[in-house]
Amino acid sequence: MHRVLGDRRAIAILLGPALLVYSLIMLVPMVWSLGYSFTKGNSIDGFTGNGFANFSRLLDDPAVRHALWFTLKYAVVVTAGQVVAGYLLALLYVFFLKRASALVRTLVFFPVVLPTVAVGLLFQKFFQVAPQTGPVNSLLNAVGIDSIDFFGSSSSAFWVLIVMDIWRSMGFYAVLLFAGLVDIPEEVLESARLDGATGLRLVRHIVLPLSLPVLMSSLIFSINGTLKAFDSIVALTNGGPGNSTTPLTLYMFQTSFTYGDYGYGSTIAVLLTVVCLLVSLVVFRVSRRDLTEG
Amino acid sequence: MSLRTSRARRARLSLFTAGAASMALLATACGGSGSGTAAAPKNFSYLSVTENTTVKTALTSLSEGSCKSANDALPLKVETVPQASLDQKLQLLAGQGALPVQFAAGNAPALTQKLAKSGKIADLEAKLKELGVDDQLEPAAVSTIKALYGGKLEVLPYEYNIEGVFYNKKIFEANGLKVPGTWDELVASAAKLQAKGIQPFSASGQQGWPLTRLISGYLYRSLGPDALKDVADGKAKLTDPQYVKAATEIAALGKKGYFGKGVGSIDYDTAMNQFLTGKAAMLYMGSWALANISDAKQDKIGATNVGFMPFPAVAGGKGSIDQYPSNVGLGITLGAKSFDEKTGAWVSCIAKNYGSKALKDHGSISGFKVNTPVTDANKVTTQVRDTISASKQNVLWFEALFGTKATTVSQTNAAGLVSGSMSPQQFMQTVQDALSAQ
Repeated sequence: MHRVLGDRRAIAILLGPALLVYSLIMLVPMVWSLGYSFTKGNSIDGFTGNGFANFSRLLDDPAVRHALWFTLKYAVVVTAGQVVAGYLLALLYVFFLKRASALVRTLVFFPVVLPTVAVGLLFQKFFQVAPQTGPVNSLLNAVGIDSIDFFGSSSSAFWVLIVMDIWRSMGFYAVLLFAGLVDIPEEVLESARLDGATGLRLVRHIVLPLSLPVLMSSLIFSINGTLKAFDSIVALTNGGPGNSTTPLTLYMFQTSFTYGDYGYGSTIAVLLTVVCLLVSLVVFRVSRRDLTEG
Repeated sequence: MSLRTSRARRARLSLFTAGAASMALLATACGGSGSGTAAAPKNFSYLSVTENTTVKTALTSLSEGSCKSANDALPLKVETVPQASLDQKLQLLAGQGALPVQFAAGNAPALTQKLAKSGKIADLEAKLKELGVDDQLEPAAVSTIKALYGGKLEVLPYEYNIEGVFYNKKIFEANGLKVPGTWDELVASAAKLQAKGIQPFSASGQQGWPLTRLISGYLYRSLGPDALKDVADGKAKLTDPQYVKAATEIAALGKKGYFGKGVGSIDYDTAMNQFLTGKAAMLYMGSWALANISDAKQDKIGATNVGFMPFPAVAGGKGSIDQYPSNVGLGITLGAKSFDEKTGAWVSCIAKNYGSKALKDHGSISGFKVNTPVTDANKVTTQVRDTISASKQNVLWFEALFGTKATTVSQTNAAGLVSGSMSPQQFMQTVQDALSAQ
């Protein structure tokens, strides 16, 4: 085996096809897109060079600032929600439900397999105020509170979006973290219990440190997914009301394909890539330090 | 195997791999731009929007009737996309040189003009003349198209609409209301209805334009027919106080709850349904709504109970109530590349027969001449047709002269304006910013 992997030709043959496919479908469009960010125009008018104008426009564009702020806010809140809810569920599976957790695990995992658009429509109906009063507003009415137009104000639309995305994906993180928790040796837990660590203390001093690697993987998964969120937002609010729930991804899509400004759209894509890179770097740094310490 | 031959083989292999890779790259590169070679179309393909059912149904019945021979030579094939995705689809198709034979030409005239500039759209004026059917278009419709499309006939008038307020006569009579002639009277009537628990207006905030049309209505009445042309020409700004005033008036209607609950979630069909089932007293809409009003399945209040009034006058304003906003619906045009003899036969048949067919089957008024006399389905259709023929000056709508971005910004923020999450000043500023960035 060592001889095979030590041979450069073998490495080239093994990696070549995958690298070629990767280059064609990932790297080429990325470089292409970077090239577009120095142009102006679209597929109808054709493209003309535009120097750094798109980048200076990016700095002055209040819509970009708003979208960037929304993207970060959304990513942080949803990531925290997904991972915390997933972790709590995993603890529930391992320490309370134990062998009986299969049914609950399946039920909680179920939204993960539903198409995002269907979940979006479901939540739209759930929280709607017109033309029919949705179940949430009916419940509010039943306890004497007036109906709320959840999609009419930016803050309530944001929270509905958060609730939906956490509900949709917490089952996935629960299963992921569950796999990490069942790996903790029973003897370690047993000896900790004998030393008097129970409940929260057991979780804080034994379970949490031992499940840190898988927790970090979940965080990286989650933050990268939420920074690039697109489908769930389009399905639920389509960026509205106005542009208050428009993340960078949606703004990039609208700019390129609705407004026909491919150059500026690509510039927004560059910004998004930089943000993703920075966040990934930070998470990697933090996780590496923690892992060596743990 | 000797070392030399194995090296030579390896060299050949890497050359082949490199060649294949560069071919693949070239293929990817060419994929986007398209070759655009002119091939005779196999179908009379027509790309339309899901929301508009009149044109495609009328064309389908023409394909089975008067236009059967054209259809036999080039069969009609309809494809639809949601209206919100139309502009994206067109841009992609145009980029690939794959535009259909006939298509809805974009949500804003700006996109149509862009397509025309790059030679993607047939020169309809010349083509119609060539086919000898240029006299089949109503002059009023032609002048509306030219006002919208920079002086050129870039689309066909499959619809010719005027806009105004449809009202429920029964509700008006039961509450002792007269048809309001001024804005103040309209607001007073709405207040009276609201007090009695009747929703005064139904409007789709999801679409946005039924709300921004009220702003342009107010602007045309208060500042005169050039109000929005001045903005397009840079002579005025939407943030000028007299323009913000119009947004303030419309926002006030929303603040008082005259559009009902959750206006931002109301889609087009729901808004129409609220009016046609008597849940709302008034509906600002174009005359294309006659198709819904004439349809007994949809219209539960009965066409005889529907009245039509112009957008009311604003006291001391420069506009007049006989200036109606007019349009040709969603512009429908034909591709330059695919316009051949068989397409010509279709266009010629449509020009001669569409007007009567759409009016007879759907109660829909088009800009084509009605060559076979049709008895109007109801009084309100007659009233609208009379209004169209008597109308001397037309005005456009709020976003008519805006680019795609400003149009989207205006329509997506309209619900925020009437629900109060955005102030009138903020709304006009946001739209003006999008306009200035064009």
